[in-house]
Amino acid sequence: MDLNPRFRFETFVVGAGNQTAAAAARSVAESPGTTYNPLCIYGKSGLGKTHLLQAIGFLALERQPSLRTEYLTLEEFVERYNASVAAGQLDAFRRSAQETDLLLLDDVQFLAEHLEMQAELLRLSEAMQAVGRQVVLASDRPPGEIGELDERLVTRLSGGLLVDVAAPDFETRLAILRRKAEERGTLLPPAVLKTVAGIGSANVRELIGMINRLIAYQGVSDGPITPESARMLLTGEPPEKEPVVVVAPPAAPGGPDEFSSFLSAVSTTVAQTVEAWRSRVGEAVLRWQGEGYRTHRLEQLLMGDDIPDVASELGRFGAEVDELKRLAEEVAAFDAAAAGHACFRDPDALEEARAYAERVKEGVTPPPPPSRGLDFAGYVEGAGNEGAVRAAQAVCADPGRRFNPFFIAGPSGTGKTHLLHAVGNALLAARPGGTVACLSAQVYMDELVAALDAGRIEWWRRRYRRADVLLLDDIQLLAGRERTQEELFNLFNAFTDEGRQLGFTADRTPGQLAGIAPRLTTRFEAGLVVELTAPDRPMRAEMVRRLLVARGVGAEEDVVQYIAARPADSARAVQGLVNRALSRMDPASESLTVETARLAVEGRPPRPSQAQAISATVPAGLDAALGSREKVVWDWPNVGDRLVEELR
Amino acid sequence: MSLVNFTTREITCKIVYYGPGRSGKTTNLQYVYSQVPSDRKGQMVSLATQTDRTLFFDFLPLDLGTISGFTTKFQLYTVPGQVYYNATRKLVLQGADGVVFVADSQLRQLDENMESLQNLHANILEHGLDIRTMPLVIQFNKQDLPPELILTPPELDDALNFRGLQTFPADALHGAGVFETLKGIAAGVLRKLSEGGGGVRRL
Repeated sequence: MDLNPRFRFETFVVGAGNQTAAAAARSVAESPGTTYNPLCIYGKSGLGKTHLLQAIGFLALERQPSLRTEYLTLEEFVERYNASVAAGQLDAFRRSAQETDLLLLDDVQFLAEHLEMQAELLRLSEAMQAVGRQVVLASDRPPGEIGELDERLVTRLSGGLLVDVAAPDFETRLAILRRKAEERGTLLPPAVLKTVAGIGSANVRELIGMINRLIAYQGVSDGPITPESARMLLTGEPPEKEPVVVVAPPAAPGGPDEFSSFLSAVSTTVAQTVEAWRSRVGEAVLRWQGEGYRTHRLEQLLMGDDIPDVASELGRFGAEVDELKRLAEEVAAFDAAAAGHACFRDPDALEEARAYAERVKEGVTPPPPPSRGLDFAGYVEGAGNEGAVRAAQAVCADPGRRFNPFFIAGPSGTGKTHLLHAVGNALLAARPGGTVACLSAQVYMDELVAALDAGRIEWWRRRYRRADVLLLDDIQLLAGRERTQEELFNLFNAFTDEGRQLGFTADRTPGQLAGIAPRLTTRFEAGLVVELTAPDRPMRAEMVRRLLVARGVGAEEDVVQYIAARPADSARAVQGLVNRALSRMDPASESLTVETARLAVEGRPPRPSQAQAISATVPAGLDAALGSREKVVWDWPNVGDRLVEELR
Repeated sequence: MSLVNFTTREITCKIVYYGPGRSGKTTNLQYVYSQVPSDRKGQMVSLATQTDRTLFFDFLPLDLGTISGFTTKFQLYTVPGQVYYNATRKLVLQGADGVVFVADSQLRQLDENMESLQNLHANILEHGLDIRTMPLVIQFNKQDLPPELILTPPELDDALNFRGLQTFPADALHGAGVFETLKGIAAGVLRKLSEGGGGVRRL
């Protein structure tokens, strides 16, 4: 559904009742998927939920025109779902929904009537959040109060940010009326607007209706509209009498009630004002939290018994947030990822933020470290990589001296990246304060381009020169990139001169690398070049075992052997086979059977008699004759199935 | 010294009636005193000369009982109006949370009113306070006198109220406008307390 161009942030009147919701909505629109996900806005009908939802869509599209944005009411969502089910294209519907970057779903309260949609929405929001896509929902009540709503969905919807939109106060009503009159190109006297605002409708749509009636009335009446006639027209009541100003000499009072009346006036004032500072601080907490800042200090004020100096406390907090924003902007100019550091969201950590910003500006922030999950313990050893693993461990035992540079070559999916990161992690563990840069050549090149673009090449060089170890993955990507190669060459020399370890991976040996300058390839060859080959069957079996254990699935050894026996030339291919087998597994059962695995991998039910018959044709004693189990196919499927397998 | 103490849940406010000599400050307090029910009456302390001129100051404690869970007490003070008692005025003004300026509406007293108002500004400044943030109201007293002798509230407003403060016409002798004035200053003081900061002592 198209967005209504009238519903933008510029036309949304912010007041005390909706400022949190507006701030949260703006923050989501500015960076979808990163701040509050899902964002759930609730409030009574006619208070601006739809306006906010569409404003998010507009602003997000303005910032990122390529963003896939979808605004739907729940009814429309249900219709699309039903149509796709009827057409047998449920998968296409799901795919299309999941690929939406920003989903704005209105009137979610009607979910109570659609039980099957609850499961669909739960699945969709899980899938979208998992890949950082934004979901924003609007409802006329909080999710917990929508009847018959699945508990899991309630938890998920409440898991992001839940904000309410309250009825506008007098000032907000006045501002809304003024804006609506302007939008309609009509000038209504301020006194009339005040009268209408004072009538006290809590619903913005009713207010707009009142303005429309006044404009219509003005069109047909002769004289200008007055506050009295406006009140008469809208409420049917005669105007309120203006309070009479007491003019001297005042009448002598008297009577015993004067003191009581004074007492009641003081009571009212105390009730209204003395505790009011708490609500001021509370509002500030909500506002800053809405913008994503930590408000620990203000929350402490609320807990205390003394009246703080509210104005100066709030002023100080605001000033510190401003400084954090400025620091984050400065840092973002150097390193966009560093600007997301948590210290830029906590005014109590201002000192830390200042120091961190200073470090970033001096280039002290470390380059990307190795991935924590990729270590030696998780690396499966076998005949194809045993030598490489021993060499890598030798590098870790004596970095910078024994094998420098260390070069890992091998086809895609054989575990080069894992081994490189494992080296990085081992070196980092051996030297906790040290800096290990471990990244892909593509990232290295992208960073160089960004640094050149921003004119801070020296800063970028300093950042890498401070590292103790440099590990670059997929060096073949630098083919033809002369400038990057030149930078790497200089860095290489600086590292080897000072005995610091270097490590590289590529899909072929240095001598075979095309497009890389000989001065680099010869240097790579001067270290140690190890080659990884495709995993053999025992390695594949070990991988399958570990993958199944990691997924918490039990399996007999025959299943492991069956999957390991499938043709797979890389660790990734083995993982793909395991995933396919698991996808066919009955969710209720806890272990995987050969039949399920076979059905998933080969796509046919087992035909034991035929398989046995063919297996039986393999001459006995062939194993011994060829000397390698790898060369012998033990479970020949028939040729027809084999062809289908290959084609797939 | 005013304070809102959330631990003991007490509110105490000090309000000072200021103005030229014979403008009716003590009369205001006496009227308030006369209206307080006997079970809430504290002792009104008045240090006066034989000619009924305030020599030192009047002090009227008002115990308003428990309001919204707070034990609420008002302390009303007057200052001596005569020019030569400035040291006393300064002393009484110390720690005030709000001031009622009682102006004499008589035409011939206009200069005295202005002089006293300037004196109030000077003394507040000497206490290091900002007159713009101090709760302050003006009472135009003696509005019961014959019209030819007095200035009307709009005229007095023009002459004295250049800060746009809240004003109350009054006849303190008979009580007209006395409680209105007190309500006005009480609301101002309580609102100021609730904002925190200025004039609020933290316990």
